[in-house]
Amino acid sequence: MTDATGQGPFKLNRRKLLGAMATIPALGVLGTTRVFADTSTAAVNTSGLAVTDTDVTVGILHSVTGTMAISETGSVQAEILAIEQINAAGGVLGRQIKYIQEDGASDWPTFAEKAKKLLVQDKVASVMGCWTSASRKAVLPVFEQYNGMLYYPTFYEGLEESPNVIYTGQEATQQILAGIDWVVDTKGAKSFYLLGSDYIWPRTSNKIARKHIEMKGLKVVGEEYYPLEHTQFNSVINKIKLTKPDVIYAIVVGGSNVAFYKQLKAAGIDLTKEAPLLLTISVTEDEILGIGGENIVGAYAAMKYFQSIENDNNAAFVKAFKERWGDGIVIGDVTQAAYLGPWLWKAAVERAGSFDIDKVREASPGIELTTAPEGYVKVHDNHHLWSKLRIGHARTDGQYDVVYETADLMEPDPFPEGYQ
Amino acid sequence: MIGDYTYDQFFSILAMQGFAGLSLFSVFVLMALGLAIIFGQMGVINMAHGEFMILGAYTTWGVSLFVTSFAPALFPVYFFIAMALAFCASFTLGVLVEWSMIRHLYRRPLDTLLATWGLSLILQQLYRTVFGAREVGVTLPDWMMGSLPLTDIIEVPINGLFVMGLTTLIATSVFLLMFKSRWGKQVRAVTQNRVMAGAVGIDTKRVDRLTFGLGCGIAGVAGSAFTMIGSTGPTSGQLYIVDTFLVVVFGGAASLLGTIASAFAISQAQSTMEFFLSGSMAKVLTLLTVVGILMLRPQGLFTLKIRR
Repeated sequence: MTDATGQGPFKLNRRKLLGAMATIPALGVLGTTRVFADTSTAAVNTSGLAVTDTDVTVGILHSVTGTMAISETGSVQAEILAIEQINAAGGVLGRQIKYIQEDGASDWPTFAEKAKKLLVQDKVASVMGCWTSASRKAVLPVFEQYNGMLYYPTFYEGLEESPNVIYTGQEATQQILAGIDWVVDTKGAKSFYLLGSDYIWPRTSNKIARKHIEMKGLKVVGEEYYPLEHTQFNSVINKIKLTKPDVIYAIVVGGSNVAFYKQLKAAGIDLTKEAPLLLTISVTEDEILGIGGENIVGAYAAMKYFQSIENDNNAAFVKAFKERWGDGIVIGDVTQAAYLGPWLWKAAVERAGSFDIDKVREASPGIELTTAPEGYVKVHDNHHLWSKLRIGHARTDGQYDVVYETADLMEPDPFPEGYQ
Repeated sequence: MIGDYTYDQFFSILAMQGFAGLSLFSVFVLMALGLAIIFGQMGVINMAHGEFMILGAYTTWGVSLFVTSFAPALFPVYFFIAMALAFCASFTLGVLVEWSMIRHLYRRPLDTLLATWGLSLILQQLYRTVFGAREVGVTLPDWMMGSLPLTDIIEVPINGLFVMGLTTLIATSVFLLMFKSRWGKQVRAVTQNRVMAGAVGIDTKRVDRLTFGLGCGIAGVAGSAFTMIGSTGPTSGQLYIVDTFLVVVFGGAASLLGTIASAFAISQAQSTMEFFLSGSMAKVLTLLTVVGILMLRPQGLFTLKIRR
């Protein structure tokens, strides 16, 4: 029988053998202490992953070219930073983390291909990666077939749960429903205009939002989608002016955001007057760099993380991030979620006492991080994180003021009853 | 009452959509004019047109940074300086590209497609290396981002008016240059028959170089103007390329008038349909209509009568 990797059984045996042999001289010197026996490579890696006595290899899979490079650059930086910090603190099970970075090139088949390369050829112990739902959907079958572990950082539409993915961003109920509840409860909003880019995430998110709004007995006065990268929003802005909604609920993604907010301002809609009020779940500090703070000041964003959050973890994180990647950089919600990936993986590996994917998966639920920049996170049985919702109020300097946060962590619920 | 709207609202819709259509029209003309010169007059398929625009946008961004740090007093009017520099930057790069690449390919128009496509990838990567993958924000003076309130509902964006004015200015200049100047006559002569034009003493190499440079320069100005409404990133140029070719091909490649007519037709159709249908649907219908018309009339709306 040959395995799917095409490397045959010999390679695995030889690797185990070498691992075991390498420990022999050391054993002679140190004696067989319990701790050491546990961390011999043969013991912590029974499934032939890229783990040696000194290091362990993981994969980073994001787009650094193509249209998504703008968004995914921050995630790559965060993951590299986390890996370097873990290494500086002694690594994982005494091993330094090495990483192989692959470029998904904003192209979903490429993502699948590179994921397969990382899992089959490089035998990485885990992968941090993907950004759009489309890329995640493309790599999912690969991770399930070859039993890999993906740490996926983006907030997304939910309706998914895989044993091979840890979702470090928030799903729909933790962001969409809670955000709408906030504008209804504190701002007395009664009517909404839903606007988005035309692909799976905005459409599904708005479907959930519409359902929630209508279940509350409130009104959706318009719903509109534009192709990705669209740059002319005059018509929809005219419709917004005519229908006079209390809230513009905007899920425009990427470069289109720049066009949308600039044209909104030029059309005389001053967001600071809050008539209409604008609530977005797709504009992080990263996008504001392109939009320009003066064009979006006054808008509200529903996220779990803002760079301006005040706590010690975050202060250290922001400082380290800027020291590593430059002063001019900003940190958005997804960047922070990407930073959690390597740390959650490290914690799971240490709890499992093994790099084996199956053991890491088993150990993952219940893992908690008290050092997360967003405060505290914990992995739920459904592989999503418990998280808070925060509402940010956009300032002219491109940062958000946190004006609200949920008192408790919200339980992730990727398949909310009645919203599918 | 008309539909869900009162008469008052309905006329406001007409006025606002009319204006939205006009401003889209200006944007289209500005995008397409440079390409119409290069593609229509020279037969070069310039896939890097979008990257020349973005060079203009980055120039504007650079000037805005420079002015805010060194000459804040100039800030309200810096945009005019930026546009002039954007023209110069794109013009220079255009001339350079013509000299190093395009001039070897005049007899092989399809190869210009490949070569300029490669060029566009190279330029994108260059922008990413130099300016970073993230989008940059171009700060504009307040007066340019304001609007003129006409009635309760109707407000006219000043940047829309600005783009319209700019388009009129550039289109008029191009027309005067092409149809009234000696140089324009030479361009048109070279377009129609390069060998014959050379034989009667026109320096065809020089004409080609300047024409290509002019097309790129106009792209640079367009890019500079689009920082008011769009994004500036390494790949933003790609946003415009499809629409630009659509406008030029639909209008009839060799005709500048055709470019303007087709920009008008497409923008008005799109803007009207956008209001009554959804955004994506309007785009699809516009594309279908254009494809349909091109099937009946492959040469585009307007053509020159030339003996081939």
